[in-house]
Amino acid sequence: MSPESVGCACATETLQADAVLDRFPEARREHLIPILQAVQDEFGYLSQANMLAIGRRLNLPVSKVYGVATFYNQFRFQPRGRVHCQVCRGTACHVKGSATVLEAIRQALKIDPGQTSRDGQFSLEVVACIGACGLAPVVTMNGEFHASVTPDSVRKLVQQYAKDTQNGNGK
Amino acid sequence: MQIEVNNRMIEARPGEMLLTALRRAHVNVPTLCNLEHLTPTGACRLCVVEVEGQRNLVPSCAFPVQEGMKVRTHSPRAVGARKTIVELLLANHPDDCLYCVRNNNCTLQSLAAELGVRERRFRAERSNTYHADTSSASIVRDPSKCILCGKCVRVCEEVQGVAAIDFIHRGSRTHVGTAFDQGLNVSSCINCGQCIMVCPTSALREQSAIKEVLDALRNPDRFVVVQHAPAVSVTLAEEFGLRPGADVDGCLTAALRRLGFRRVFDTSFSADLTIMEEASELVRRLRTGGRLPMLTSCSPGWIKYVEEFHPDFVPNLSTCKSPQQMLGALIKSFFAQREGLDPAKIYSVAIMPCTAKKFEAGRPELGRDGRPDVDAVLTTRELARIFRLRGIDPTRVVPESADHPFGERTTAGKLFGATGGVMEAALRTAHHLLTGRELEELKVKPVRGLEGVKEARVRINGVELGVAVASGLANAGRLLGEVRAGRADLQFIEVMTCPGGCIAGGGQPLGADRDAVRARMRALYQIDRDEPVRVSHRNEAVRRLYDEFLDEPLSEASHRLLHTHYHAREVIR
Ligand code: SF4
Ligand code: SF4
Ligand code: SF4
Ligand code: FES
Repeated sequence: MSPESVGCACATETLQADAVLDRFPEARREHLIPILQAVQDEFGYLSQANMLAIGRRLNLPVSKVYGVATFYNQFRFQPRGRVHCQVCRGTACHVKGSATVLEAIRQALKIDPGQTSRDGQFSLEVVACIGACGLAPVVTMNGEFHASVTPDSVRKLVQQYAKDTQNGNGK
Repeated sequence: MQIEVNNRMIEARPGEMLLTALRRAHVNVPTLCNLEHLTPTGACRLCVVEVEGQRNLVPSCAFPVQEGMKVRTHSPRAVGARKTIVELLLANHPDDCLYCVRNNNCTLQSLAAELGVRERRFRAERSNTYHADTSSASIVRDPSKCILCGKCVRVCEEVQGVAAIDFIHRGSRTHVGTAFDQGLNVSSCINCGQCIMVCPTSALREQSAIKEVLDALRNPDRFVVVQHAPAVSVTLAEEFGLRPGADVDGCLTAALRRLGFRRVFDTSFSADLTIMEEASELVRRLRTGGRLPMLTSCSPGWIKYVEEFHPDFVPNLSTCKSPQQMLGALIKSFFAQREGLDPAKIYSVAIMPCTAKKFEAGRPELGRDGRPDVDAVLTTRELARIFRLRGIDPTRVVPESADHPFGERTTAGKLFGATGGVMEAALRTAHHLLTGRELEELKVKPVRGLEGVKEARVRINGVELGVAVASGLANAGRLLGEVRAGRADLQFIEVMTCPGGCIAGGGQPLGADRDAVRARMRALYQIDRDEPVRVSHRNEAVRRLYDEFLDEPLSEASHRLLHTHYHAREVIR
């Protein structure tokens, strides 16, 4: 398989990744994590083509790039869905039952954290404290905060967002 | 200096690790992650010992010796810690030893036995649900058997310079995998099998061809022939309890006949043939200003490595097929004609020290009429399994000689089994081609031995030839880097994928250390010392083959059957 045909990224995306990489002149192995972060910030996730580009630029085997990237929870390997859902698992949220909230969302969306649903509708991410402890447990949908959620309320929330995006007015 | 170990004084050398001193004194401390000649990682902690004055147990592989230190290697505390480590490793290990290819030959299994593990004390909360990756022609990876010692990852990166695999994910999801967790077949893996050689369990093993070969042997419509590589006769006996370095060449031939092979051929014959072609090619490149340095092409891991990592050097590769493939091509052409056999009925088996040979046999450019020239490749280990299955001890049969027309060899062909051997054999014949005389001293000492890179300057007809020999692809990669950077004093480079050459190939008996490899190497050198015909151009069977069929080296027929071309290859890397 040729690197160009790997994954879903097209040539333009690789060009954009090159632009991100150009922000790190003389980058070496130590810069791998900041580079992965910058590329993810730009694209919302790490595509295979981009990881290959990073490996080439740093003269690092892509197995290493992938190994390091998968070691950290912060990196995603699928593009975000039209609705990106973040569940806070910080201490305050945990105390207020975020584990059951996460479980309810997983079941409603049928995806695990880090994944994107097949139809591209939803993606799920678990985040460490997002600094809204007063609202715990908290989830965000495309950046919008939803406070004091319960398993029941998040199930409704998911339905609501699913309907909204289908009607073409998702945010 | 001296250190005290278990109330006994032992010799130690300043700067070395404690484990090294213990090993020298035959104090047996088990290890799982330690690798000879690579920096210790201290990851498995199985090698822990008690050192007086240290509060905690210390890993002996990563702890330097100190003047006056007092060590207890088997105190109840040390042994207890080791046992707990093994019990934890077993917590989510599928205990199907009876059905496992490493049964009776497994470090994890013997550790559990030695430490007296009799019950399952820990049970992992997460079940072990990995599937084996069988996508590669050479290697099977089974993460469910992996204990995460990391040796394969380090060998692949540090010794072979490939880095096809690494640890991916973290915590309880950690496993060893390729980039993007895809099949090994689309990765940069060059099929060398060195990861198998260091794996303490069956998490890495060869893609077995035993069933196919046994089926063919049972099939009355198949004419099943076999060839065995130069390095196999000096290692097979280890599987049957003999010391490393015992040569069972004739016994091997006889034992193969007992399995039912209709003809038993010697790959060392086609190694001699390779030398005729390759030395002629070198001479031609030297005379006509061809691309130099010429690189040898008999090691299939190396070929794939050049295709992937150094495509700019593809034109430097000799166009000679490997001895396995030369013989494969001759069996289905010259031999078939001579015997009046339909090539489609021939089933051609090769016994190799190598897992990459399995991949090589399946390369599309190396077959003809849509059929492979070599139908199945068995490693030395697989052959030993077949012998055991059939109740044959190949060290205890009366020796026989290999079959015509591919049964004769010189010691030069036999030398192919060790790093530097191809170079030595090629220099002997190139010298004869260029001068009409034999080298005064046939033994080319600078290219012998186990060093990773060896160089020599040889004078032929007043012209000085610069040659280099590398084994282990990280070494080869560095050498190519020098050439790319402008180094111009080398005309000919031999590369063997495995460190030490085929005697340490990825298909050889497991558990050999450097001393064992050295003994295997000495066995080949002894054959070269003891036998009279030591140059490939005096192989009578090779001469007859040229007279009757091929005409001369680099002839049109040779090019059709014995040469090929390789191309840049895109993989995920
Ligand atoms: S790898 Fe070793 S311990 Fe595991 S099942 Fe196989 S023989 Fe048993
Ligand atoms: S066979 Fe060789 S190249 Fe492939 S993973 Fe194992 S060590 Fe690496
Ligand atoms: S596959 Fe084998 S060598 Fe590699 S980490 Fe697992 S147990 Fe160790
Ligand atoms: S062998 Fe020493 S820590 Fe593994």
